[in-house]
Amino acid sequence: MTTLTAHLSVRRGTADNPPRYDEFAVPFEDGATVLDALMWVRARLDPSLAIRYSCINANVCKECTIAVDGRVAYACTTRLKAGAVMVLEPLPGKPVLRDLVSDTRPPRERL
Amino acid sequence: MPAIDTDILIVGAGGAGMYAALSAVRSGAERVLLADKSLVGRGGATVMAQMTVAAALAEESDDDIDLHLADTVGAGRGLCVEPLAAALCEDAPARIREMEEWRVGWARRDTGRIAQVTAPGHSRPRCCYVDFLNTGPAVAATLRRRVAQVPAIRRVSNLTVTDLVTADGEIAGAVGLDLTEGQAVTIAAKAVIIATGGLTRLYRRSSASANMGGDGYALALGAGAELTDMEFVQFFPIGHLAPRLVGMDPIMWDPFRYKLGGRLLDSAGDEFLARYGSDEAGAYTTPRDIATYAITKEVAAGRGSPHGGVYLSFQHVPRAALEAAFGPVIDRLARHGIDLTRAPIEVSPIAHYHMGGIAVDTTMASRVPGLYAAGEAAGGANGANRLSGNAIPEALVFGERAGHFAAAYAAGRKPARWPHDGEAVGRIARLAEGRRGEVSAPELLEELRTVMQDYVGPFRAAGGLTRAVARLREMRAALPVLAIPPGRACNPGLADWFELRASLIAAEAVAVAALSRSESRGAHQRDDFPQTDPAWARNQRVALAAGGGAAVT
Repeated sequence: MTTLTAHLSVRRGTADNPPRYDEFAVPFEDGATVLDALMWVRARLDPSLAIRYSCINANVCKECTIAVDGRVAYACTTRLKAGAVMVLEPLPGKPVLRDLVSDTRPPRERL
Repeated sequence: MPAIDTDILIVGAGGAGMYAALSAVRSGAERVLLADKSLVGRGGATVMAQMTVAAALAEESDDDIDLHLADTVGAGRGLCVEPLAAALCEDAPARIREMEEWRVGWARRDTGRIAQVTAPGHSRPRCCYVDFLNTGPAVAATLRRRVAQVPAIRRVSNLTVTDLVTADGEIAGAVGLDLTEGQAVTIAAKAVIIATGGLTRLYRRSSASANMGGDGYALALGAGAELTDMEFVQFFPIGHLAPRLVGMDPIMWDPFRYKLGGRLLDSAGDEFLARYGSDEAGAYTTPRDIATYAITKEVAAGRGSPHGGVYLSFQHVPRAALEAAFGPVIDRLARHGIDLTRAPIEVSPIAHYHMGGIAVDTTMASRVPGLYAAGEAAGGANGANRLSGNAIPEALVFGERAGHFAAAYAAGRKPARWPHDGEAVGRIARLAEGRRGEVSAPELLEELRTVMQDYVGPFRAAGGLTRAVARLREMRAALPVLAIPPGRACNPGLADWFELRASLIAAEAVAVAALSRSESRGAHQRDDFPQTDPAWARNQRVALAAGGGAAVT
């Protein structure tokens, strides 16, 4: 039995440093999402990977908004693709905090 | 290091926390800090609620508060703390009407009356909702708007409260972790309201958001409070299992069953609930604990569906009726390749709600002066099994009460003096230096969810529970040596470590209480003690043990 793999190229780093892209190979399951894959990476390959999410599967919190292959998307509803490399970057137009996390807090909710 | 001075700190900004903030200011509090590890009003459980909100509004029947209370107490299998259940039922209509004044938009009939449906376990059509499957988002957005209009409420997102601080046994404040900067924040407060929700994220199969890891229970234990009814975790019987859906809450079939009935079928296509004493005859009447029991037993007997659940079928419902009831949702399902008129879907029990929580009186006060709890974080009102529809009113009612009584408490107090807690503050800086190690917190969090699912799930026995307690204690002992990636700003390793620390103690509290209760009742089913024992018609309390673990008192 062959196991399908999905490949992620994830933009890493903080605003202060030049960005780099890390490649991760993730087992592909039918129906799995980009957020599933990122959580899998955090638990098994790299716990330092920063990604923001809250509701996980209901698509009500909207916190996992990132750019997937250059297009704004929710990590929780974007299906993983087997074979091709998916490029993941933080939401454009917001200050990058770290990796895939950008500052989406309303100004009045900051410390 | 930021230092905040406030009258009332509210930990958690879901429905209960936001309502508590509004209520505290209405009752005279001048400074309220509403802190959430996620974004204010977007994380937690409230925003995920799909449909039913129970309140004896009597819009569609001769309902009253006593009938709602009788149903709630009946569902609780003898364990509801009745004064709390009574407070929930008494105040629910006022809270629902107040939400309507704030333009939440409850669904209405053509006659103009607020629509109320009958949910399982309710003797009357009592549950209002916002269409379509939009109750939680509408409630959360309404409260978010209100909270934003009150200058006395300071909102802070991405602030995790890691420790409560007491002085002479009374609440003096808290230490928080500012997730964005990776730094400690000290919070001096006269009173603290814990509104962090429950602990269903401790289970591998759950409908929980990421913030439901039981951190409020850990905070309360650490401050000296007691927890009650921790063994009662409600498994929602018909969580979505297959085919995989994304962007839809796994409890979405509940509203479908309210409106359309639906039929639960085994692998042969036969209805099976009657074998467990609950003949639905096309309606939706079986309480959650009994349905979970029936489905689990069917799967164990080899009569389950391919993915390990059972079938839920709406094939007998005409397409027009489906579309009238759920319009846009039917279109979304079609985009996932699901046509309910052609094939059943697979469902199975998933952790959904926690009946237990922080032990409080009807002022929402714990035994620690100045410490209050609200919403799912407070235990007792729902006993051994919660009625569907009682969670959102619980958030609103208990939030309102906690805010009111915390404000009254704080009004009589001098400004809190920050008793320097060097340990909790220093720990954050130390963790941010990073640490090499064999295992990381995300790995152990995954293992914890498996341990809880397998040994502390809807069916338990002494052997598995004993193994779970032992493994949870081993993991807790490993906390000081876990690998942590270095860095401050947005370092997820810091939040993971604190989440694991809190999750382990919350999980241990569930496991020790479940091991101690040698009977089956409601959501707590023991394979080795299958009968309900009248001698166990009492609530168990859990407190922090001398060695730092959780112990039944």
